[in-house]
Amino acid sequence: MTNATGPLTAPNAVPGPAAATPGRGFRRIRVPQKLRNLELFLLLFVCAVNAFAVVLVQFGALGYADMTVFTLGAGLAVLVFGMHVALRFVATNADPFILPIAALLNGIGIAVIYRIDIAENLTGWESTAVRQVVWSGVAIALAIGVILVIRNHRVLQRYTYIAMFVAAVLLLLPMLPVIGQEINGARVWIHVGAFSFQPGEVAKIALAVFFAGYLVSRRDSLSMVGTKFLGLRFPRARDLGPILVLWALSMSVIIFQRDLGTALLYFGLFVVMIYVATGRASWVVLGVGLFLAGGVIAGQVLTYVNDRFTNWLDAFNPAIYDEVGGSYQLVQGLFGLANGGLIGTGLGQGRPDITPLAQSDYIVASVGEELGLAGLFAIFALYLLFISRGLRISFAGQDDFGRLLGVGLSFTVALQCFIVIGGVTRVIPLTGLTTPFMAAGGSSLVANWIIVGLLLRLSDTVRNQPRLVI
Amino acid sequence: MTRELKRVSIVVFLMFLALFASTTTIQFFQADNLAGDARNARTIYASYDTERGAILVGGQPVAESVPTDDEYKYQRVYPQGPLYSAVTGYYTLGQGSSQIEQTLNDYLSGTSDSQFLDYLNRLVTGQNPQGASVELTIDPVVQQAAYDALGSYQGAVVAIEPSTGRILAMVSKPDFDPNTLAVHDTQAVLDTYDALLAAPGDPLINKTINDLNPPGSTFKIVTTSAALQNANLPVDHTEPNLARFPLPGSDRTVSNAGGGTCGGGDSVTIATAFILSCNIPMAELGVEMGEQPLADMAKAFGFGTELTVPMDVSTSVYPRGLDDAQLALSAFGQGSDVATPLQIAMLSAAVANGGKLMTPNLVDAIQAPDLSLLESFEAKELSTPLTSTTASQLSDLMVQAVDNGAATNARIDGVSVAGKTGTAENGEGDPYTLWFTGFAPADNPRVAVAVVVEDGGGLGQSGSGNELAAPIAKRVLEAVLSK
Repeated sequence: MTNATGPLTAPNAVPGPAAATPGRGFRRIRVPQKLRNLELFLLLFVCAVNAFAVVLVQFGALGYADMTVFTLGAGLAVLVFGMHVALRFVATNADPFILPIAALLNGIGIAVIYRIDIAENLTGWESTAVRQVVWSGVAIALAIGVILVIRNHRVLQRYTYIAMFVAAVLLLLPMLPVIGQEINGARVWIHVGAFSFQPGEVAKIALAVFFAGYLVSRRDSLSMVGTKFLGLRFPRARDLGPILVLWALSMSVIIFQRDLGTALLYFGLFVVMIYVATGRASWVVLGVGLFLAGGVIAGQVLTYVNDRFTNWLDAFNPAIYDEVGGSYQLVQGLFGLANGGLIGTGLGQGRPDITPLAQSDYIVASVGEELGLAGLFAIFALYLLFISRGLRISFAGQDDFGRLLGVGLSFTVALQCFIVIGGVTRVIPLTGLTTPFMAAGGSSLVANWIIVGLLLRLSDTVRNQPRLVI
Repeated sequence: MTRELKRVSIVVFLMFLALFASTTTIQFFQADNLAGDARNARTIYASYDTERGAILVGGQPVAESVPTDDEYKYQRVYPQGPLYSAVTGYYTLGQGSSQIEQTLNDYLSGTSDSQFLDYLNRLVTGQNPQGASVELTIDPVVQQAAYDALGSYQGAVVAIEPSTGRILAMVSKPDFDPNTLAVHDTQAVLDTYDALLAAPGDPLINKTINDLNPPGSTFKIVTTSAALQNANLPVDHTEPNLARFPLPGSDRTVSNAGGGTCGGGDSVTIATAFILSCNIPMAELGVEMGEQPLADMAKAFGFGTELTVPMDVSTSVYPRGLDDAQLALSAFGQGSDVATPLQIAMLSAAVANGGKLMTPNLVDAIQAPDLSLLESFEAKELSTPLTSTTASQLSDLMVQAVDNGAATNARIDGVSVAGKTGTAENGEGDPYTLWFTGFAPADNPRVAVAVVVEDGGGLGQSGSGNELAAPIAKRVLEAVLSK
């Protein structure tokens, strides 16, 4: 455990070799970039897999190959390779697995979304897959921007309270009268022109930055003092402020935005980060207790929360199945997964479109139906690998801000996977969240690709600290 | 901080472990249960993914699956729906299937055991699964003639080739159009189905094999056969010729159809009683013989035998353990006797085939998509109810019944037709069930037929088998003879 307190030394530590003057970049590139070469190799493999997935979808569902999709896909590939090239210049030592995994998940997601489009006869701009490709482009471009603009993650620590402000604004946006929009009962959207956006997705990044900055500076008071009770050191009442504020925030998301999943995500993120920062298990006990209490009360008071629980526990009851807002979707998702079995029906050959929201909230059920349990295990393994690369940053990092940010960002991806996939597979009650990188939705893509950019930047810094052997 | 990170990593790992476990449970352990759930549309869709095999009559499809653009990939089409509705049955979304569509579903859908290797092959090579086609024994000309001849009566016609048991025509009315039940709209299917269930005359029932009526005088073929063969009575054996026969141990009486005696004279021969279709001498004969010869003969003709053609045939019943009054009634096809039209056609078929009863059968061959033969059907003997001598005696009596007896409306110029009518009583005041069964030509039989007109043919208790059923049979016989 690092005992560093407050912001660490050397805010402008050794810059990456390629981050030097641009004019000398050509000479620099001659230095063998083993990590980047591995990444290039993986990316070529990923592109082949993704193209193959689209071909399978076309032969499975259409019966012929349609080249227009590949033109779009090629555009995305150019952007991904653009990001790779950018890394060669400005983050030579960034983790070589993060970008290929994100690209693979994104590509498989597009193939499955495209498959649902075919089933629902959506083409052109109506097509969710086309919009997903465009959003992926925007998201990857933003990730490149993150890599290029943020040359050192420690600058983010300066913006701790700005991040808090940004998060608050993003969370409040959907509540505004004109641009706020309610879809499927949840008021988490803003609507400008032809575009819908879920600002809450991006807010989680701002929150992670804020938590990291805030906890690094405050963790002493949050961890050192307090009274012992039942073997755990509980914080003083006046140090309870932050967790109560976050709890109130999560509860208001449940009450006003009617979005259980997002509330759980924010609160889970905070609890994990405060635990890692302070090393006090009492925060976890407090946090889980508070959230459970809030959840139970919400379940009693708010019908939509109560419905979620009923649907979860008694999904196959015909009355609940037939009810509006009942368990129809959940049960259909289970039927889809069962239809897939061990090896799946094959891409384009199942009926994932029967399940409502098969391309967004239920994309995991769609993947499970067409690629089977084997395919889902592969996807889960990819997520685990992605998350472990993120956690690795925290293990290996030397500045506590970076370590906290790394664990926060990785854990949001993990928790989000668990909340949505666990909901679909009846581990927990179903709440509407997107599956990172795969589900249709621009906001989710943008947020997760920014996470990719940040993790790449963090990992580059970690690798550039020569004293540490990893 | 590393200790906390380790714990967080373990939590992440446990969360994913839960997901691995939950998906394994759903996709492996519960998969069969979930697939069996009635609400699982995917299971139904899967059955439509197959190009279901065609049902063929004379090489032409009477039911086939054609590609569609909707989510079911194939639409079941019945080019001559009502004409073949009793044979093909229906194939619906959500309301099951019937007749050949149901009975041979394994073959039609490509899931029968004999198609397993083909199924695997198609799975691996990525071809669309395809079912086998079923070629029926139905003769389209005879089927059409039977369908037209029965007209709008409620009833059934079945024609059999006596030497093989092949079913040449199978018509049941009221009919229905299976196309209306093949639409890909579960609510529309349900509405049509409910309407057909509630419709008068039970259109969804195949009356040739699943409708039991008292056989009436057609059963005299059995009684006469029993007398000549099992009881060893000569055809000129006589019974007292009465105008009223009091049922033993009962205050009820039996009368002949005309109300008087059976021809002139004090006594009447079995031959005359058969040709003129008199009830009293048959009742007397039954009581004289006792139950055993009658029951044995009925059994040999197929009563009490479970049959599949390949649809399940309702079992015709000749009751056992009768008292004399019941025995008397049963001897002329009343009492508790009930029979399907197919059973009645089998009476004629056995007589026509020299006493050998061939197993009736509707399917000629089942052909895999690659045209290899999966199943072919050969003529099988079901039983031998009659010796050839008795058979020819019966045949003569049935010819005389048509020529100058009670079945004159079945006469065809230049051809000797054998036949027997029946006008069966149902309940007190209920309309009669009108029958005809026969075969032609009598010297070299090519077809045996049974016609039933239910609900008195709309005439209540005033119609007769000769008046309504015989002309229908005649047209069916003519259709075969003119080929």
